[in-house]
Amino acid sequence: MNFAEIRKKAEAEWASLEKSPRPHIIVGAATCGRAAGAMAVIKAIKAELTKHKIEADIMQVGCIGTCYAEPLVDIVKPGRPRLSYGNVTPQIVPQLVEDYLINDNPRPDLALGTMGEGNITGIPNFWELPMLKPQVRIVLRNCGIIDPEKIEHYIARGGYSGIINALKMTPQQVIDTIKNSGLRGRGGAGFATGTKWQLCHDAPGKTKYIICNADEGDPGAFMNRSLLESDPHAALEGMLIGAYAIGAKEGYIYCRAEYPLAIARLKTALKQMEEYGLLGEHILGADFSFHLKIKEGAGAFVCGEETALIASIEGKRGMPRSRPPFPAQSGLWGQPTNINNVETWADAAVILQRGSDWYAGYGTEKSKGTKTFALAGKINRTGLIEVPMGIPLREIIYGIGGGIPNDKKFKAVQTGGPSGGCLPASLLDLTVDYESLAQAGAIMGSGGMVVTDEETCMVDFARYFLSFTQAESCGKCVPCRIGTKQMLDILEKITRGQGQPQDVDRLVRLSQSVKAGSLCGLGQTAPNPVLTTHRYFAEEYDAHTKEKRCPALACSALVRYYILPDKCQGCGICLRECPTEAIAGGKRLVHVVNQEKCIKCGTCYDVCPARFGAVVKVSGEELDVPSQPVPVVAGKP
Amino acid sequence: MAEDNLSQADVQEKLKEVFTQYEGESHELIPILQEAQKALNYLPAAAIKEIGRFLHLPESTIYGVSTFYAQFKLKPQGRRIVKVCRGTACHVRGGARILAEVEKTLGIKASETTDDLEYSLESIACFGSCALAPVVVVDDEVHGRVTTSQIKDIISGKK
Repeated sequence: MNFAEIRKKAEAEWASLEKSPRPHIIVGAATCGRAAGAMAVIKAIKAELTKHKIEADIMQVGCIGTCYAEPLVDIVKPGRPRLSYGNVTPQIVPQLVEDYLINDNPRPDLALGTMGEGNITGIPNFWELPMLKPQVRIVLRNCGIIDPEKIEHYIARGGYSGIINALKMTPQQVIDTIKNSGLRGRGGAGFATGTKWQLCHDAPGKTKYIICNADEGDPGAFMNRSLLESDPHAALEGMLIGAYAIGAKEGYIYCRAEYPLAIARLKTALKQMEEYGLLGEHILGADFSFHLKIKEGAGAFVCGEETALIASIEGKRGMPRSRPPFPAQSGLWGQPTNINNVETWADAAVILQRGSDWYAGYGTEKSKGTKTFALAGKINRTGLIEVPMGIPLREIIYGIGGGIPNDKKFKAVQTGGPSGGCLPASLLDLTVDYESLAQAGAIMGSGGMVVTDEETCMVDFARYFLSFTQAESCGKCVPCRIGTKQMLDILEKITRGQGQPQDVDRLVRLSQSVKAGSLCGLGQTAPNPVLTTHRYFAEEYDAHTKEKRCPALACSALVRYYILPDKCQGCGICLRECPTEAIAGGKRLVHVVNQEKCIKCGTCYDVCPARFGAVVKVSGEELDVPSQPVPVVAGKP
Repeated sequence: MAEDNLSQADVQEKLKEVFTQYEGESHELIPILQEAQKALNYLPAAAIKEIGRFLHLPESTIYGVSTFYAQFKLKPQGRRIVKVCRGTACHVRGGARILAEVEKTLGIKASETTDDLEYSLESIACFGSCALAPVVVVDDEVHGRVTTSQIKDIISGKK
């Protein structure tokens, strides 16, 4: 089959799905959907369909990005737009099936929105929802729409036309197209992708390799996982194009072992590519051969660094080495090697499909195109988003993300994972592009965005990141191995309330030494969370060291729990739940916390009924409460 | 299955099968360690020796690699593996308290295994299900939006 025939077949398959005379039910079943219970929902749907003898198809798709509303179920009835329901539980399924499938009541109270042609009264268009409207979905265009295990779906929606276009060009023309698009590496550092390809293309050597870095190790980031699970061919087509442009015959996908579903989807995708002649010898009949292998990571954050990743593929400890020589000159097995991140490869594919001018039409002067972000933490609408470069942070957090839950105050947004920085409310109007973020002390990173509210202590947050980087330091460079340990010790001391003001100065000095004295990105950026929290939240460091107070009431060593005598009803719940028997009391007696015995686990605070609200948490002060249980004053709520 | 008393013959037999898929080249070390661990539940000293023989690598190199990567275990692992995420989003949403609750329930700390070899506990950063933080994974089942009161049911498999 030539590609025109393949496309015709794929389009026919896609059309038959769209024009199916039977209803079909689409369930978001990427890892996030499954974590929210998608598989139980599918089981419930199957049971209901059997019960009512309804003939319908069930399709599992990846993640459309509205993870806050998982599990997502879409129902398509013939002649009706696709209708999306959020937070579907197995308990709601019988109602949905009966109301919409049988009685044609679309249940606007449960629906999120409609997709495709046509309207349903009382239900908004999905793409017009506040979370979706500001987005520009280029890389994520197929996610949650197509069946990720069907290459035909990808092809029917324009997939693999990029490699067809590339094969009509010379390799140099392909590289020039990437250069003209202005694409920069989406893995974090933002190096110009076209220039990187050029370096590897120009490097002397017969054998060259390309690698897809899917070792998404930043805690708080899941863009690559989601893309590989939802649309694996997007990145694979980019790799084909890169291999042709650079002159590589072999490639590797290095994927972390923590992503079993992504690995399974990749394996299926590679098999399908081979079946259609898109992988192997003489791809699509052209004088171009390419082979791809999947390498599973074994759990080491540092392997996201390209020289460490190469060492890991070679079967060694994943320790970075000094550059130059850069991998473009001497990489895998000493041969010229080009490594790009999953999203960069997917961008390259779409650029070849639709042209560099079109792509460069999005974004800012120096940061072209779009970027995906994983929105998580204390934000109403968590999920995976794609926005044009240059969008203000405020638009992402309040427009797309819907602000902070429970009317709490925004405190900081952390971009770029453990290598990035914490940006405060005063920087919410900052635009998201490589230069602005770097200037503010953060980095674009691969796209993790974790939002914190007033309950997050920024000193403890810095301690958290250091505990991560310290454990993940490979140990090669002394400033990183020992410096991060010392930094962590100081931060632990401060969060325990044993820090002195001079410890903070020492911490900042150490940060600079670790940055200067480390070979790879891990050590060079590990101090960023400390430096940015110190730069923007110095008053929190002062409160911990000078006043032994944690303003966010998060550092357990610095907080105390009290039971307010005018609110306690003597119900006894806290007394029963306290794991250390630190609460004294009795029926209709005001309970009292024994501060000596209290381990500050917060259980009493959590279990005290909201209508009483008798347990309070304070830091840096002592409350004047009775030392022994006293009778509850009559006539209170 | 957890087996803490693998005989040398058992190890050799199981590894023999693993080796059939490989050429015996040193760059195959990591996938071989992964397969060996899958077959043996952990990497006993006898396995390290056998793999070294197969790949013509000194045992020290194999120890070096297997202690570098978090995935490899040199001690017997429990029949069920409980993993608590300590990623950033989980941290912000109370992951530390989830871990404390799991530790309390199982009576072991992170990276430990219960004496009856029923459970092993790991803390991992991260699973990439951050939008549903905090996350607990039991065997390969991912549980999102976990609360401390659900821990018992999640561990016993009721949820």
